[in-house]
Amino acid sequence: MSAPMLGLSESDQVITSVIELRKVGKSFPGVRALHNVSIEVRPHEVLGLIGENGAGKSTLLKILAGIQRPDSGTFFLRGKRAFLQGVADANRRGVSMVFQEQSLLESVSVAENVLLGNEGPSIRFGLYRWSDLNRRAQKYLDDVGSGLKASSSTHRLSFAKRQMVEVAKALASGERSSDEPVILLDEPTSVLAHEEIQTLFSIVRELRKRASVIFVSHRMEEVLEICDRVYVMRDGAVVGECLPAEVTLDDLFTMMVGKDLSAGYYHELKQEPAQPQSRLEVRGLSSKTFRDVTFSIARGEVVSLMGVQESGREDLGRAIFGALPTTSGSILLDGKAIAPRIPAQAVRNGIGYVPSERKVDGAVLSMSVAENLTLAHPEQISRGALLDPRREKAAVQEWIKTLNVKTPSRHTPMRSLSGGNQQKVLLAKWLIDPDLRLLILDTPTRGLDVGAKADVYALVRDMAARGLAVLLIADTLEEGIAMSHRVLTMKDGRLTGEFESSPGARPSRKDVLERMV
Amino acid sequence: MKTEVALRGNSPGQSGANDGGPPVVSRLLRLRELLGSDKVPVPALAVLGLIVSVMVFVNPSFVTLGNIKAVAEQSAVPAVLAVGLTFVILMGGIDLSLEGTMAAASLATALLVANDRNGMNLGLWVVPIGCLIGAGIGLVAGASVAILRVPSFIVTIGTWQIGLGIGQLLFGSKPPRVQDDHFRGLANGTVLGLHGLIWVAVIVTVLGMVLQNYTRFGRYAYVIGASEETALLSGLPVRHYRAISFVVAGAATGLAAVLATARAGVGDVGIGTGLLLTTIAGVVIGGTFLTGGRGGVLHSVVGVVVIVSISNAMVLGGVSSYIQQAVQGVVVVTAACVTLWRSRERLRVIK
Repeated sequence: MSAPMLGLSESDQVITSVIELRKVGKSFPGVRALHNVSIEVRPHEVLGLIGENGAGKSTLLKILAGIQRPDSGTFFLRGKRAFLQGVADANRRGVSMVFQEQSLLESVSVAENVLLGNEGPSIRFGLYRWSDLNRRAQKYLDDVGSGLKASSSTHRLSFAKRQMVEVAKALASGERSSDEPVILLDEPTSVLAHEEIQTLFSIVRELRKRASVIFVSHRMEEVLEICDRVYVMRDGAVVGECLPAEVTLDDLFTMMVGKDLSAGYYHELKQEPAQPQSRLEVRGLSSKTFRDVTFSIARGEVVSLMGVQESGREDLGRAIFGALPTTSGSILLDGKAIAPRIPAQAVRNGIGYVPSERKVDGAVLSMSVAENLTLAHPEQISRGALLDPRREKAAVQEWIKTLNVKTPSRHTPMRSLSGGNQQKVLLAKWLIDPDLRLLILDTPTRGLDVGAKADVYALVRDMAARGLAVLLIADTLEEGIAMSHRVLTMKDGRLTGEFESSPGARPSRKDVLERMV
Repeated sequence: MKTEVALRGNSPGQSGANDGGPPVVSRLLRLRELLGSDKVPVPALAVLGLIVSVMVFVNPSFVTLGNIKAVAEQSAVPAVLAVGLTFVILMGGIDLSLEGTMAAASLATALLVANDRNGMNLGLWVVPIGCLIGAGIGLVAGASVAILRVPSFIVTIGTWQIGLGIGQLLFGSKPPRVQDDHFRGLANGTVLGLHGLIWVAVIVTVLGMVLQNYTRFGRYAYVIGASEETALLSGLPVRHYRAISFVVAGAATGLAAVLATARAGVGDVGIGTGLLLTTIAGVVIGGTFLTGGRGGVLHSVVGVVVIVSISNAMVLGGVSSYIQQAVQGVVVVTAACVTLWRSRERLRVIK
């Protein structure tokens, strides 16, 4: 902990903030992503930013990185008002970001990735001087302790190594300006294994000596370990500022989820016991990303599948739906073996799937509510081989009413609906099938506001009570635990734990988390 | 660009493992790494080797010096075309206009050099002029793609027709015959026993490789093709480079038209007929992905040699020209399947 002290004493105790945001707001159609956010970033500190998905962390980061501009409020960079004109401009002013989705290019060398857009000094008369480019890149690679050679090719690097290259790249872009850089790390640990996380932390501690670091995560333990100061975000606002030495995990947690978190939010009283008959049996299922997975779901049971990114849980859900190839194992639905090779077969067997990317994979935004609602099961609105407009109208209106979808009409394009109502339509798309037996929900509440989340939870409870089996790939630990009859944990492609869960007897977050990481 | 084999391992302890090894071993390892790194078109070279070794047994006349020269000569014009086209394709675009661009450039060239239709006599100046005409048509396509954001696929079908129209306008009633021996010597004169045509193709290939490996334009072609989003987020002027790629392709097409005109001795609207397929086939067989980001100039040139060798071998074997065409088609589809095999996924959208 000597580094930050050193940094502070060098600046003669005058703590001018490197970045200061005052009352910044940002809205997207239908969503108020940020409002009245004021934060400051001090020299040589690792600033933590935590919050649940949808709390506004990403939007805030994008504003800091120059990708988006705030609608209101002011942005001060090193004491002067700044209007960042995009990423390149932010880089020139010493602000650079390591993206959550890895952005390294496999088709060019490590050195080119590190210095992308920053090759200038290594180009003479329009020609690359490779030795000079490699030498400059090597310096940054060494600075982050990557042990990599600048000239090596990128496509065989492990996730952890790639992350290091990303950090080296951010450092290189940040140091284009003469001032000390600000490096933004967006959920940098989500793809890393435990030892790799420790390596990343030592890099971050190294970085602190010459830069300010903003560390975004939804893992509270990590934030407490690495950060000097932490902002907690919820529903687009900063709800707390704290020093890791002075708070506990529980304090942070309470701030993160707010006081909304009551039994009512998850409609826990609606939870009915699962029925005895087994509905889905997965036996020894393997694919490229998970191995030997065996579990079952009973009728009326909600099973939460928990795991970090890359744990294989999304792929497991997709494989059961026939959207990913499996290499071995079997899937039984109501005792009958099914082996869906394409989603169409799964749909015929009464399986529904709500993907996590609602706007990309889930909804056809340009088409109407009615068209989206009837997309998967046209037979429900047909007479013989032809679509029957009267049946369509009746079915669609019934579901709009049942799920309380707020839409001006059934002809309204999906695009105009709020996220929560879009998600209701996507659920109705499967519920319209009277033979629906299993519903796979991949982070169905991601990006929804609190009220819409509660609606989705209530709906899941109702469906389960009617005998539907639900595989829930939950967005947060709390959601997964509170919604489930049983919690399964996955890590590195294998099932690692199973917890019974019922109202009043929920597994602890800590126990579940331990099996995930 | 050499790469260290030791870095393939994930743990830091493995790096530098081959430092102390005997030089032969480390050189072999480095060679293996180079071959595995996609810097050299290994699969296309292997196919070429396969064709040669089969033909040695089936029809030894394939490997005579005379026939090898003939293959090289036939490859020259499509190779020049492929070098330019490679940059467009590396960025994930496509240029279908080359037959039309060649028509315009061929006619303009034949009418500006000493000919039997008018009194023009610009001598070898027509070479850069031909390139400029190609570059101009490329600029139209590039600007449409970059500024108006129209897909290159449809824009270049348009510029194809524009070029063809200009060519037909210039064609008039009869083809202009070239009467400049220096100009014709460009293609048909021999240096060190090889026709000028071949030398030009070699020089263009080397220039293309320099452009690819030592300039921003060339390196960013890979970046843009691999991920335009990353390129934009890194602050690269993506549209600017995309437009340039069409200008480069157009200039190469212009040069190819000049060469073909010098060789034929007449300006001809149909001078590029059939070359679009040969060129794109060469690029694909060479291992340049039509989706962008992978491959390179050398890949495409080797691919062109492969496709020309296949037709040459079929000619020697007396295969009918209709069947030859069908075989070319089969080769293209097979090559496309093979290169894209690993990126197949159930939910991948194919359009």
